[in-house]
Amino acid sequence: MIPSIPQSRAFQKTYAVYVGLFFLFLLAPLVVVAVFSLNDSLFPSLPWEGFTLDWYFADDRERRGLFHDGALLESIVTSLVIAVFVALLAVALAITNALLFERYHFKGKQFLYSLMLLPLVIPGVILGISILSFSSGIANTIEDSYGLDLEFLRPGLPLIVLGQFAFISTMATLVISARLRKLDTEMEEAALNLGASRLDVFRTITLPWLKPAVIGSAVVAFLMSFENFNTTLILAGSDSPLTITLFDRMREGSTPVLNAVSTLLMLGSGMLALISIFIQRK
Amino acid sequence: MTFDLECRNVSKQFGDFQAVNDISLEIPAGSFFSILGPSGCGKTTLLRMLAGFSEPDQGEILIKGKKMAGIPPNKRPVNMVFQHLALFPMMNIGENIAYGLKRNKVPKQERDKKVADVLERIDLPGIENKSVHQLSGGQKQRVAIARCLVLEPDVLLLDEPLGALDLKLREQMKVELKKLQQAFGTTFIYITHDQSEAMVMSDQVAVMNHGRFEQVGSPQSLYYQPNTAFVAGFVGNNNRIEGVVESIVGETAIIRSDAGQQFKTTFPEATLHSGQQVHLYIRPEAIHIRRDQNVTSENHINGRVESILFDGGNSQVLVKDTESSQELTVSLPQTREFNDLTAGEMISLSWDIRQSNVFSANNKSEP
Amino acid sequence: MNGKKLSFYLLLMPLLLTLALLILLPQLDMLGISLRERVSYGVYEFSLLHYQAFFTEPLYWNTFVRTAVMSILATALTLLISFPVAWYIAKIAQGKNKNLMFLACLIPFWVSELVRTYGWMILLRESGVISGFLQWAGLADAPVEMLYNDITVMTGLVYTSMLFMVVPLVSTLEGMDDSLVEAAYDLGGNHFTVLRTVIVPYAVPGIVSGCIVVFMLTLGNYLTPTLLGGKDSLWFTEQIFTQFITRFNWEQGAAFGVLLLCLSSLIVWLGLKLSKQSFKQAMTSDA
Repeated sequence: MIPSIPQSRAFQKTYAVYVGLFFLFLLAPLVVVAVFSLNDSLFPSLPWEGFTLDWYFADDRERRGLFHDGALLESIVTSLVIAVFVALLAVALAITNALLFERYHFKGKQFLYSLMLLPLVIPGVILGISILSFSSGIANTIEDSYGLDLEFLRPGLPLIVLGQFAFISTMATLVISARLRKLDTEMEEAALNLGASRLDVFRTITLPWLKPAVIGSAVVAFLMSFENFNTTLILAGSDSPLTITLFDRMREGSTPVLNAVSTLLMLGSGMLALISIFIQRK
Repeated sequence: MTFDLECRNVSKQFGDFQAVNDISLEIPAGSFFSILGPSGCGKTTLLRMLAGFSEPDQGEILIKGKKMAGIPPNKRPVNMVFQHLALFPMMNIGENIAYGLKRNKVPKQERDKKVADVLERIDLPGIENKSVHQLSGGQKQRVAIARCLVLEPDVLLLDEPLGALDLKLREQMKVELKKLQQAFGTTFIYITHDQSEAMVMSDQVAVMNHGRFEQVGSPQSLYYQPNTAFVAGFVGNNNRIEGVVESIVGETAIIRSDAGQQFKTTFPEATLHSGQQVHLYIRPEAIHIRRDQNVTSENHINGRVESILFDGGNSQVLVKDTESSQELTVSLPQTREFNDLTAGEMISLSWDIRQSNVFSANNKSEP
Repeated sequence: MNGKKLSFYLLLMPLLLTLALLILLPQLDMLGISLRERVSYGVYEFSLLHYQAFFTEPLYWNTFVRTAVMSILATALTLLISFPVAWYIAKIAQGKNKNLMFLACLIPFWVSELVRTYGWMILLRESGVISGFLQWAGLADAPVEMLYNDITVMTGLVYTSMLFMVVPLVSTLEGMDDSLVEAAYDLGGNHFTVLRTVIVPYAVPGIVSGCIVVFMLTLGNYLTPTLLGGKDSLWFTEQIFTQFITRFNWEQGAAFGVLLLCLSSLIVWLGLKLSKQSFKQAMTSDA
């Protein structure tokens, strides 16, 4: 209960211990992953054989460190490319959506808004298979009638980008709309009144105001894309992104190089998180 | 003669709601014109049509003799000070004031000079590099006005910009706004629901209700000669007594109140007839208050002090007529004479027959 | 105003295109595929065969029900575990501590689900940390395998969902004025009645939006059941994946997809009905 309500010490202690255990539960798996990336052993498990950075830097047949593992590095690059595209597209759509929903009144707005939210409640696997079947259907039709094989409609990077974009843009729209809602329409009217054209207003008033939300949602979109598994699994072609590569290796039996990649991912995400928090504060 | 601003039969409707109903007005150059009315009376709609944020359904708006129909807000020679000022938080003061100049492609050097000049004129020199949140409420107010005046508009529109300020600052800003208007000589159109703001600053005030102007005139004429019951009730304070016209003798009417008292009043035109239901208005500050009960006056009541609402210079007394139990609010003169007045005391009230106003009772638009 | 009209259509276009091409048409297409049967190469006929298969094959049925029940259970567990923590962050922790705890709750979001699940595998497997700890402490004399059972799957699901419950709960509870609780005590309530009559009713919007998101994520989860539950984890998304990718039986996979979507819509709808919330409120309360 709130501090101003008296309660027994035992209760307070138990409560504090509970919250402590919760955070232990929250952090334990992550810490374990990072620690075992430094274990001088062929398996990410006990016993502890001593400290090593081999799983990052070594280049033997038996122990190939992360920075010499071509397949892993390649899939990281693939993931990066996908994530950059998804973040750019998602933020662009989110800005137009926010302007549409916050600055215009039109028939069917509520209905359209609900449709826009829909991707949040469609499981990722289903989103993936529906897009896959739809695009393959189109590709097959075109191939049958014109003999044209449209590569980008087959599983591969473009489809992954589209599939992730479908739900990540909804998230970005929510974030950017919330920010735009806090901009008094007076500001935009004042700019118009002072002689600005509509484009001027967007460029000099609206966009600068949205900047923190744009950067914040771009970072989150980037991460969501980078980490996405369900939709990506269905739509992936021959170039597999990092999550898919990791998944395959995990099922084959893991070596501590996976811990090394994971640790690197955590560090990267952490840095991004700090940057976006810093920008949002400013 | 061309006016700075002219409206000819302007109307605006939202669905079934008639927001602005056939308004015409003419505002001469260099005047301070206020539109006073309760919220929802249509004054904001009118102002937004002047600024170009919406177009009238009927009628036309002319600025300096030029028709404004179809001209978008960013091309009109009017500027507006918004209710919440709308100073751009992502720019400093200098950039805020230069914003309109920059949109008009004024070269940088000239821009800087104009900004410095206008800041000088509003008594805030050299604050170009401060950010908006570093300013006090009153300073923001002045900067918002300067941001418009630097563009030398034909007309400056002000949308209740004092609403957000606390009472003391508001009093101060009223005087300051009036001074700024005189110094710049620009035509100001000021909308507000606060009658004191309108009265103190304006040359002319239009009282607006249900989309129409009830009366347009100087603050004095609105106060002393309200044309309608609405104006009488909205401008200043008033006691309202309901009654019937008993008889008319020349320019004097004798009213019998529903509570049974008899009052005499002058009335402006031949608008009354015997037996008519009327409302009689008497301002609290127009009533003499005496401790001596033996006064003879044309309108006279002996009453008991019900309670004293002490508020310094604005103190009032609630008095109940001993005969009819009609209640009246009376201003308490701060002349020492009544400092020891207590509830329960008997006093006498009287007023001049020219100090009351009478209006037909079937006027539906009362505040 | 003409410019305004034009910009309206320019803004409407991208949304309509996205919704039509990536959401609505593909979903309809999936429905269409699920309702057809391949007669010969490239020739299809309308048929309910694949829905029939679902109802006649007990494996499909059981997996479906099992997934639904486990998802509801995981949602309830997540709510129970998260609520006290959310309350602690919103009302008890102060200043820097509070921000730190809130950020800590977000950590799992910043780390890929794959990595989180991998962490659990290292903790729980036969040669894992917990097994090692139990042997070291003398509580077990041989390595203990804790992977590949329902409890482990549940742990993983709850763990993954935690953040999506804590965040909306914290933001709702923070909006609650402390004086409501004080007033309730002042009027004679005790811990339990105040919780039941004041706090929980106030938190309903946060609870609903947290539960919907958690339920959806759990139902649609693939990684956690596959990695922590092993081959016999029997999760419905695995069925879909198997039909679609491994067996290349798109019709059956699409039918399963439609069924899963119906199930999730039904349960979300029931949840909204029971709690008298609207979909829009529930989805935007934490944004």
